[in-house]
Amino acid sequence: MSENIPTMPVLVDGPPAAQSPLLPHLDSPTRVRRETLKQILRSKTFVLGVIVTVFWVVCAIFGEWIAPYHPIDESFGTFSYESPSWDHPLGLDRNGRDVLSRIIVGARSVIAVAPAAMLLGVGAGSMLGLVMGYFGHWVDNVVGRFLDAVLAIPLIVLAIFVLTALSAGNEGISVSSWQLIVVIGIAFTPPVARTVRSAVLAERDLDYVQAARLRGERSPYIMFAEILPNVTGPIIVEATVRLGYAVFTVATLAFLGYGPQPPSPDWGLQIAEQYADISLAWWAVVFPALAIATLVVAINLIADSVQQVLDE
Amino acid sequence: MSAAPALEPEVAAPALALRDLELVYRVRGRDREVVRGITLTVEQGSSYGLVGESGCGKSTVALSIVRYLPRNGRVVNGTLEVAGRDVLALKGEALRLYRRDGVSMVYQNPGAALNPTLRVARQVEEVFALRKASRSEARERAMAALREVHIADPDSVLRRYPHQLSGGMQQRVVIAMALATDPSLLILDEPTTGLDATVEAEVIDLIAELQERHRTAVLFISHNLGLIRKACRNVGVLYAGELVEEGQTEQILHDPRHPYTVGLLRCIPRGGLRKDRGKLDTIPGFLPPIGADLPGCVFVHRCALAEEICHTQKPVDHQLGGGHQSRCHFHERAQSLPRDTASIPVEKPAHERGETPLLDIDNLAKTFSQDGRDIKALAGVSAMLWPGETLGLVGESGSGKTTFARTLLGIVESSSGSVQIDGRSLPAKLTDRSASDVAALQIVFQNPDSALNRRHSVRRMLKRTLAKLADVTGREADTRADTLVDQVRLPERALSARPTALSGGQKQRVAIARAFAGEPRLVICDEPTSALDVSVQAAILNLLVDLQESKETSYVFISHDLGVVRYLSDRIAVLYLGRLMELGPAETVFEPPHHPYTEALLSAVPTIDGAQRTRIELEGEIPSAADPPSGCVFHTRCPRFLGTICETDEPPLAEVEPGHLMRCHIPIEELRASQTSGEVPVRG
Repeated sequence: MSENIPTMPVLVDGPPAAQSPLLPHLDSPTRVRRETLKQILRSKTFVLGVIVTVFWVVCAIFGEWIAPYHPIDESFGTFSYESPSWDHPLGLDRNGRDVLSRIIVGARSVIAVAPAAMLLGVGAGSMLGLVMGYFGHWVDNVVGRFLDAVLAIPLIVLAIFVLTALSAGNEGISVSSWQLIVVIGIAFTPPVARTVRSAVLAERDLDYVQAARLRGERSPYIMFAEILPNVTGPIIVEATVRLGYAVFTVATLAFLGYGPQPPSPDWGLQIAEQYADISLAWWAVVFPALAIATLVVAINLIADSVQQVLDE
Repeated sequence: MSAAPALEPEVAAPALALRDLELVYRVRGRDREVVRGITLTVEQGSSYGLVGESGCGKSTVALSIVRYLPRNGRVVNGTLEVAGRDVLALKGEALRLYRRDGVSMVYQNPGAALNPTLRVARQVEEVFALRKASRSEARERAMAALREVHIADPDSVLRRYPHQLSGGMQQRVVIAMALATDPSLLILDEPTTGLDATVEAEVIDLIAELQERHRTAVLFISHNLGLIRKACRNVGVLYAGELVEEGQTEQILHDPRHPYTVGLLRCIPRGGLRKDRGKLDTIPGFLPPIGADLPGCVFVHRCALAEEICHTQKPVDHQLGGGHQSRCHFHERAQSLPRDTASIPVEKPAHERGETPLLDIDNLAKTFSQDGRDIKALAGVSAMLWPGETLGLVGESGSGKTTFARTLLGIVESSSGSVQIDGRSLPAKLTDRSASDVAALQIVFQNPDSALNRRHSVRRMLKRTLAKLADVTGREADTRADTLVDQVRLPERALSARPTALSGGQKQRVAIARAFAGEPRLVICDEPTSALDVSVQAAILNLLVDLQESKETSYVFISHDLGVVRYLSDRIAVLYLGRLMELGPAETVFEPPHHPYTEALLSAVPTIDGAQRTRIELEGEIPSAADPPSGCVFHTRCPRFLGTICETDEPPLAEVEPGHLMRCHIPIEELRASQTSGEVPVRG
């Protein structure tokens, strides 16, 4: 096959001086990426968020090795509250267990559930949003109304309702991590789907989608190979924000009893067990609450920085 | 006597004075220079045009004058005075009052400049309410302001929401608001981009007229030299944040003294230039990035006249008399700039038209239904297209150009009529077409940013297209992708780049490569250069001509730039309300006699050489396709309206000369006589 290439002066490249870089008018993508990374690392809020989050993740994984005592060891004194001291910097709880050790080990139950729930919610939400945005018309309407129905029920009410139903027949309430993940994940699906749907709507009308049709591409290819990579920005932002919510939701449900059962050192459970005694022994409630707060705030700091960078 | 000058310093102060203005944008943590020391003066009551390609700092200058720089932008040096007032020193209330009274700005997109949720009345009256006018007074002044911009029925316009107005009408409203306060300076930032040529001409005439009447100083920012010529007495040419040449508009157009200006003027297809008479000249290379280190002349990397000194030493502004100045070491021989492309006529083998045309389009029609009403976007178009031929498609927006293109492609399914390709019938729906038919008809879109998936590398796009349309995969696809990239004259390294790393022109080359991947028979070019700078446009047009020659591809070329259409087209079709008004060889359509509609379109185009044509005014706007006028659909606006026959009978599309079809009741000889007489028709 002989291609007929006319021997013409090359139009794109200028005189030798302008020839060297491929794109003299723009910075190279690797440089842009490096500079963006540098900028994000220079942001104090991002670094702080990462440090705090990493700290809790390390606690969740290596809790028993880091913690000074065993989290359910009651053999330190009076089997009751004791205010912070040198031996127990955060005090002892109502059963005389070391609060610091319980907080460190207690990170695990939240961190095992929240990210998985977020991933499920963001994954399912992205798929639904993609389908709704791409097909539009009746698909959008039917799925949209269904999601509206889920959204109409407040998150916690929905979770309690489902989790109670699931543990019917058992003695008391017993909730497995899997059940928590699925319930929170489903509850997170509608808002994610809406965000992704609106991002897809903006993409769907761009000419590259039409260009794909004009070479005979089918819908699944257009959705997943053409459109999806262009809506990752909103999905990433949604994921970080949802992660913060997920931590909070897991802690709230544990506080309400839908989570780990005593003597687990779960944060929400610790607060639930002892908040009535807050005037007597503030440390047993405030420190677990601070643990929840720092993790949620840290994740939100990361979310903010990510959003800012993606917006630019 | 000695104290007198100090008494009235403000009267003598120019409307706008920039001195050594330097601006930076902070991008990813570094200050990057955008405006590199601009000194310019706009005297009171005069008009000044600022031209340059995108990215050279035009809009940044405008934003700094109204103190609306983006958050990462900052003036680092120089002064900026409007009517003698130091704008950079203004703060708080003083800044608000300055924006209220001192300066007005008209933006590119009037749709975005008006609040979509408020009626026009509320927004125009607000301008006066800000000056403590009572409600009834504000309403009265709003009416007067709209009348001033020739809005015939201000009452009904005031009662509407912006989206109920056409683009041209929106821009009139914005201009009325901008002028309502008699500002010292009016800034127009590409005020007619996105408007039809006919509407654009009206808006430019309006601006010129108002400027004359109000004696308002105008800073007109545009990339279109023809427009600047119509609207401005003086012009400054901006390049990479420096004013490289400045002077009276006619001087600059006829005696340019900077190689950049020379190159810019050569890129424009004009004077009836056609593809068979030679290539367009181009400016090689790229605009340097913002913040680039430019110790010498800013244009040095793209200048064929550059010598050693240009790299090392910044040229001074050479005064050439009459206010004409050029920032070039070799200004006296700027016009000897060698061409970047050979000017030899393109040798085109005479087309012997075969027996069967490539496309035989018969009575193609498309009716959309919207809110229970039928909108005839395409009302029966018949045409033939031969291999290797370009059919230019012109008409205002709403004339059916895009619907025609989409119907051919099968993205939109035609309601009636048929299309034959090589004598075979072509299914109306894209999904019903065979793979080879899909590959045969391809498109190059208007906006390359939107046409390319920004997450895919060029290689991936081309290989996927090759796999789908040419059934070529693996090693062979790689070779073919290399060839394609080479044919559109992109460096091989472009293959691994993503669109975000490419310039506008390079993106359009990728889009062209993709369209050509499946060896198409026909490529529809939907305004492929309207989003590009003129220097890039020239290179893209040259490329399209080359590809057509080597591959015998046919084009349907849609554009509202008639100079471009004329350059590229063999035949031209003029559409109005979904109907063919005229169809004929390019030269015939562009020279009288032509259809009165074509005549009006042509008269609206601003030229950069020769005398300005007198514009034939078209009354009102293009009627709705849901309710087209009776008889000849153009009769409501026709400047050569004959009488009752035009209102009752639709003229047939008749062959008035060999190969020249026209839909008009006026006999051809009569048209010829009146159109060559030089008299401008005015509707009685």
